[in-house]
Formats: sequence, structure tokens, C-alpha cells
Amino acid sequence: MRRIDAHVHGWLLLLPAMAFLALFTHWPAVATLVDSFYSTPRGSRPARFVGADNYAVMLDDPVFWQSVANNLWFAVGTIPVSIALAMLMALWVNDRLAGRAWLRVAFFTPTILPMIAVANIWLFFYTPQYGLLEQVTGLFGLPSHNWLGSRDTALACVILVAIWKEAGFFMIFYLAALQQIPPSLAEAAALEGASRACYLRRVVLPLLMPTTMFVLINAVINSFRLVDHIIVMTRGGPDNVTSLLLFYVYEVGFKFWDTAYAAALTMVLVVVLALVALGQYLFLERRTHYQ
Amino acid sequence: MSADARLSPFEPAGIGRWLETIAAWALAILWALPLLYAVWTAFHPSEFSTRFDLGAPLTLQNFANAWDAAPFARYFVNTVALVTLILVCQFVLCTLAAYAFARYRFAGADLAFFLVLMQLMVMPDILIVENYRTMARLGVLDSIPAIALPYVASAFGVFLLRQTFKTVPRELDEAARVEGAGSLRILLRVYVPLARPIYLAYGLVSVSHHWNNFLWPLIVTNSVESRPLTVGLQIFSSSDQGIDWSIITAATLLTSGPLLLAFLLFQRQFVQSFMRAGIR
Repeated sequence: MRRIDAHVHGWLLLLPAMAFLALFTHWPAVATLVDSFYSTPRGSRPARFVGADNYAVMLDDPVFWQSVANNLWFAVGTIPVSIALAMLMALWVNDRLAGRAWLRVAFFTPTILPMIAVANIWLFFYTPQYGLLEQVTGLFGLPSHNWLGSRDTALACVILVAIWKEAGFFMIFYLAALQQIPPSLAEAAALEGASRACYLRRVVLPLLMPTTMFVLINAVINSFRLVDHIIVMTRGGPDNVTSLLLFYVYEVGFKFWDTAYAAALTMVLVVVLALVALGQYLFLERRTHYQ
Repeated sequence: MSADARLSPFEPAGIGRWLETIAAWALAILWALPLLYAVWTAFHPSEFSTRFDLGAPLTLQNFANAWDAAPFARYFVNTVALVTLILVCQFVLCTLAAYAFARYRFAGADLAFFLVLMQLMVMPDILIVENYRTMARLGVLDSIPAIALPYVASAFGVFLLRQTFKTVPRELDEAARVEGAGSLRILLRVYVPLARPIYLAYGLVSVSHHWNNFLWPLIVTNSVESRPLTVGLQIFSSSDQGIDWSIITAATLLTSGPLLLAFLLFQRQFVQSFMRAGIR
């Protein structure tokens, strides 16, 4: 094959995908940055350059800060628990426990459901007076409580839903990793007289590290990317205690139609995700054995 | 899942095995509970929706009521059209791009690959404001292509297929070339067939992802003609036709039904596909 041909063919093959990527990923990312320095066009008034005004507004916006805090709490509440549960589920499904096919179905099924269906199911679960949760707490003689309508419990309820949905998904990756551990390692450890706990801690856990890293990155991204359950269950309320960043972008952009301010808010999300990417890159530089 | 006959010496044994089995089952039952509760409610008359009585009569009336109360048939058609459109475009675009990255040395390949991978982080899901504008400019708002367009070029798909194509032995490629086959023919006759399991895996992941996608379709559609199931379900369950949970849970199960059924029938393929697509 002649050299020029290789260049031309390569680019021709790439062109369709690149065109769509440019139009719906690269261009909007750049346009978001540009628009965040302009005012929102309204009626006959076109957008004008306002410098960092939108960002100044953002810094003074209590709802923005609350959404940031909520998002961090949401991530902190969701990620460690779902990763730990995922690991436990994978260990159990991997061991030949009785009925493990059923265990796998039970753990994995929430992953297949649309987040919006999940949210509907849990909305019913949490319903005051009728919901299953109320019935159970009622059995113990506890007073009725509006789980999603109360400032103290709303965010925790949403976190629980996210854990329920995600743990089974992450389990799959741990399961794959566990199955790739050569049996000879376990045999060697057994010869050395290691206990099960010791084997799990010293051999299995370190071997699962790359998987944990992969899962962690996915979990962080998901905690900033998925707000379907917020829209269905709480609409950010009560008093914005469940407003996550992307949900706030959605509200500002499509409820208040303040697109310039929404662009500035989106930039925060872009920066957060870029930092995650940077972290992943630095990590992969150090550990290249996982490709 | 692997057919490894050797039992690990660290399989739990004795009392520990019993305890772990019980704990695993307890967690599994806890995990299944919300869904089982929804199934109970959907298949019983509404007076039993929160009362557990094994003698309660089973009924499909809730499903019939839900089906009549909203244009779910149309929503189903829309969702099927949507996931098909996305899948076909993704297969074509990602295959071509992955082939370029796997087998061509061309100027700017590294930069181009970096630009593709960027989408793994800055995904269309968060660029909703600008993409809405673009759709408005293109004049395609409130249509199925508008939902699909941001997703048809998928960095994930390009990456996955590139990794796979790279494992195809060059000798096969060269042998076909000696016989006079052109590049596209080789792609279709050698690379694509060898990557079939990866296409299946990617297809399952893509279909279930877009069947379930909600925020972007919610923003970009506003008529029955273009709304997918997820958005239709949300509009149905948040309208004020009195909160009849039996009907809402029936509708919820209805919308996730096909995917759920496919999963229960082809569990192994699903789980393995998600694994394959995840371990890059």
C-alpha cells in the first residue's frame, strides 16, 4: 500500500465518526465555555459579552453551593457502599453457594431496569402510609414518616436507590476479575497454611485493585451524570436537599431558560469530569498492566 | 460460571459455609424485595396493593388499564425505532473508525484517538444545553433522530472494537490482500466476523443503555410521536389521574418488561456481555 493512500484511507474511515463527535461532543463543549461568558439572549436582546459575570453569580448562588455539597454527599454515600457490596456479592456468587444462579439474578436485575422505572418502584416503596417501608416501620410501632418529603431523610433515600441500582452492575466486573485469578495461587496459599480471611485480604484484594480503580472511576462519573431518579422522586426538593449538579443545570437551562448561566454550571461539571480523567490517566501511567 | 472443576481450597466450609449462604440469601432477598413488591402490586387488584394475602386474586386488569390510559403502543414503537437507529449507526461508524485506528498509520492518528477518547469523560449526557440548541438550529427538535444524534458516534464503541481488531492476526489480513480483496472487503469478511462476540456484547450494552435513557429524550421531545417509553412512563405516572399505584407499577413493569424478559432468558449472555464490554 502506498503511503499517501494509508493517510487518505485512514482519515476517510474515520471521517463519519469524527464528524458526529465534533458536532455533538467537541463543538458543544467549546460552545458551553464561550456561552458561559455571554448573557442569555432574551426576546429582542441578543447575547452580549459579560466576562465572568455568570461565574460571579454562581459563586453567590446558595443553590449552586448546595447542589455541589449534595453531589459530594451523594457520591460519598453511594460509591464506597456500592463497591463494598459489589465485592461481597461477587465473592458469594463466585463461591459455589447453594442457588448461586438465583443470587446472581437477584443482584444483577436492578441494573437492567431503567433508572426511571427503578425510581417509580422506590417511590411506591417510600410512600407515606401505604409504602412497604411504612408498613415495616409500622409493625415496630414507629410513627409514620414522609421519607422523601423530609429534609433529613430525602438525600439518604435517593442514595439508597442508587446503591441498589449500581452494586449489581459493579459486581459483574469483580466477578470477571475473580474468575481470572489462577487457581494455583489459592493452592499455594493453602500449602502455606493461610486462612480464608488471610487469603482474601493478602491475595484476592490486591489482585482486585485494578478492577476497583475501574469501578471507582465509573461510579464517580455516574454520580455526576445520572439524575433521572431525582427528576422522578424528588425534583430536587424538599428545599433543594436532593438537587444534584446536573439536575440544577437542567432546572436552570430548561425550567428558567437561563442558558448562559446553565452553560457556566455545565463548565463546573466538565471540570469535575476532566479532573477524574486526569486522575485516571495518572493512575494508568503508573500501572500499565491493565489494558 | 467457568467450568473449572477444581474447587478452590478457600471455598467456605463447615459452619462458615452455612453462615455465608444464609447471609448471601438474606442480601439477595433484600435486593429482590422492591421489585417483588412492585410485581405483587401490579398483578393484584388495587385493594390488595398494600395488603399481603396469599389468597388475593391475580389479575391483568392493571396492565390493561395502563395500556388504555396512555399511548404505550406508540411509545414502544418509538423506543424500538430509537434503539435500532442508534445501534445501526454505532455499528457502522464505530467499525470504520476502529478499523482506521487498528490498522492504518496515518498523520494525526494519535491526536484523533485522543479526541475520540475525550467523549468517555465529557459525554453528551451533560452537554444538554448546547446540544438542545444544535437540534433547534438543525430543525429536528421533537424527533427520534434528535434523541439519537448525540450518541451515534460512541467513543466506547470505537475503543472496544479497536482493541478487538488489533488482536486479529496480520497474516489473515495479508492473505486476503494477496487474493486481491480491497480494504473494505477485508474489513467485512475478516475483521467483522471475528469480532462477532464483541458486537453482541456491545449491542446488548448499547440497547439496554438507550432503552433506559431518560434525561436527554425528556428534554428534546414533546409529543407522543417521538417520545420513548421512559419519557412516556414519566408523563403517565406524574399526571394527576389520581395516584393508583397498581396501574403505575403495572406501567413501570410494562416499559421495562421486554428488556427484563430478555435478561431472564439470556442471563448468561447478558452478564458476559457486560463483563466483556467493561474489561477493556
